[in-house]
Amino acid sequence: MSGVAAAAAPLALPKRRRPIVVLLRRAWRLPRTKVGVLLMLLLVGTALIGPFFAPHDPAAFANIPYGKPGGSTPLGTDALGRDVLSRFLWGGRSILGLSTAATAIGLVLGVSIGLVSAYSRGLLDDVLMRIMDVILAFPSIVLALVAVSTVGPKLWLIVLVVGLTTMPRVARVTRGASAEIVERDFVQAAEALGEPRAKLLLGEILPNITSPLMVEASLRLTYAIGLIASLSFLGFGEQPPAADWGLMINENQQGLTIQPWGVLMPVIAIALLTIGTSLIGDGLSRASAGIDRTGGE
Amino acid sequence: MSTVAAGFERARGIVPRPRGVWGFVLRRVLLGLLTLFLVSIVVFAATQTLPGDAARAFLGRNATPESLATLRKQLHLNEPVVSQYLHWLGGIFRGDLGNSLTGSQQPVTSVIGARIENSGVLMLIAAVISVPLSIALGAIAARRRDGVFDHTTSIVLLALAALPEFVTAILLVVLLGTSLFHFLPPVSLIPPGGHPWNYPKELVLPVIALVFAVTPYIARIMRASMIEVLESDYVEMARLKGLREQTVLWRHALPNGIAPAIQVIALNLAYLAGGIVVVEFVFAYPGIGRAFVGAVHNRDLPTVQALGILIAAAYVFLNVAADVATILVSPRLRTSLK
Repeated sequence: MSGVAAAAAPLALPKRRRPIVVLLRRAWRLPRTKVGVLLMLLLVGTALIGPFFAPHDPAAFANIPYGKPGGSTPLGTDALGRDVLSRFLWGGRSILGLSTAATAIGLVLGVSIGLVSAYSRGLLDDVLMRIMDVILAFPSIVLALVAVSTVGPKLWLIVLVVGLTTMPRVARVTRGASAEIVERDFVQAAEALGEPRAKLLLGEILPNITSPLMVEASLRLTYAIGLIASLSFLGFGEQPPAADWGLMINENQQGLTIQPWGVLMPVIAIALLTIGTSLIGDGLSRASAGIDRTGGE
Repeated sequence: MSTVAAGFERARGIVPRPRGVWGFVLRRVLLGLLTLFLVSIVVFAATQTLPGDAARAFLGRNATPESLATLRKQLHLNEPVVSQYLHWLGGIFRGDLGNSLTGSQQPVTSVIGARIENSGVLMLIAAVISVPLSIALGAIAARRRDGVFDHTTSIVLLALAALPEFVTAILLVVLLGTSLFHFLPPVSLIPPGGHPWNYPKELVLPVIALVFAVTPYIARIMRASMIEVLESDYVEMARLKGLREQTVLWRHALPNGIAPAIQVIALNLAYLAGGIVVVEFVFAYPGIGRAFVGAVHNRDLPTVQALGILIAAAYVFLNVAADVATILVSPRLRTSLK
């Protein structure tokens, strides 16, 4: 596309950018987006690089249970006497990995269903959207817990269920955004040329709804992080002796009065992470509302 | 809602379509019942047809062929799936939800009975506080649009909306229950047989956690809706008549601003039904949510199914109520149905 723009430049046509680039540029101008990106970088950085700086093995016993901060354990020890700092530095990977995977599954399924629904209309559209409604008729945590009660606390199950509860909202947004696109001339032209269905949906329609999908993706990521952290806090995510932020809070809640750091560090980390992704989402949605109003840059 | 209406539109040729407001209410209630039926299938399917059966899941490593056979018989696992489902569904209507698998194997209904009151009181207080609070916050933010109050509430509400309930709940415990101040109990222990309203101090923190969970969404939609109303002609007219700004805001603008927000209000009250699961766990509050988490831990299938369908039913009911309430309070929608 940029090649086309460069070729058109001598004609002095207004420079056209991809809508997604316009969206990101506009969003970046808002201070809240910058704060959000900063928070997210901080937390993702902690989760990815943190383990290299951990002073202890996260599963090893470093001192007495609920030991006070000091010495080789700067943040004290947890309910079993393991180093809080090391467990905190190790504990972000799973939550980030699982929620990213769940969001990705939800996006792929939701976008596919939304596109097929908008394009086919008629009975298939009705059936697909009613199925989405049934999934939305549950509080997602209830659906997740019902599944866990049969299969057990497996990570793949958590990812799958959170992905499945993410799907209907993405499908609705995709269907809503592409309903108007499928009516356009270039789609009919592609149809007339006999373009295969999949190529038509992914090559012609999908590129036109990237902006609303970006906004939705960031909202869904916040939601997935919250839900997966909640599940692991309830004891249905990573199982002991794994180091995981949600699980850490669960394990150390009893000792909150004696040694708060085992709870405070992961709580603050999850709080900042969700606030960060939600600030980015808010920035994107404000920027996208602005684009809708002015009809592009 | 519109797609639902369209679906009925299509069926109009076959079935005579009840008209007007009550026709709409009837259709919405029927659709709610259909959703509940589908929800019951999902709950049933999730617990019955996933890999490994319920008996094995509950007994785990202690399973012997004999105990497996006994439990399978008790849970009717040897029957065909459809008849198992019908048996379970029939039980719901007879008020027989089976027996809990744990402890003294008491009927699930008696496990639930005492806890419904506790959870109901918790949700009710949270709703009674959060709805007026968020409506007021949204209205004031709209009135002072782009002012200090608006910007502050916008950021605070955004942050609160982003936080998972258990994070808010734990931060509240740290702030008010343990580390900084000590005036509220960090766990809400209500003895069996006790009524929650006799333990007001125990209720404060769980209620605040739930209020924080739903207020942001309602306040945001309220602000957006009020901004639109405050720019309308009749509000301008009311101002030109020389009415006090307070009267214009609360008496003229607010009632019209609430209508679009009712859907979101009810959706969020429905959300409370899911929110209690985590919040009750944090505070060890003896309600439906805490029982649900416990039953999942124990893999106590009859209890999981019963509580799952109960929470989902509350959710569906509030959603239907939202649609009906919206139609009843908005004159424009009401007349368009005639």
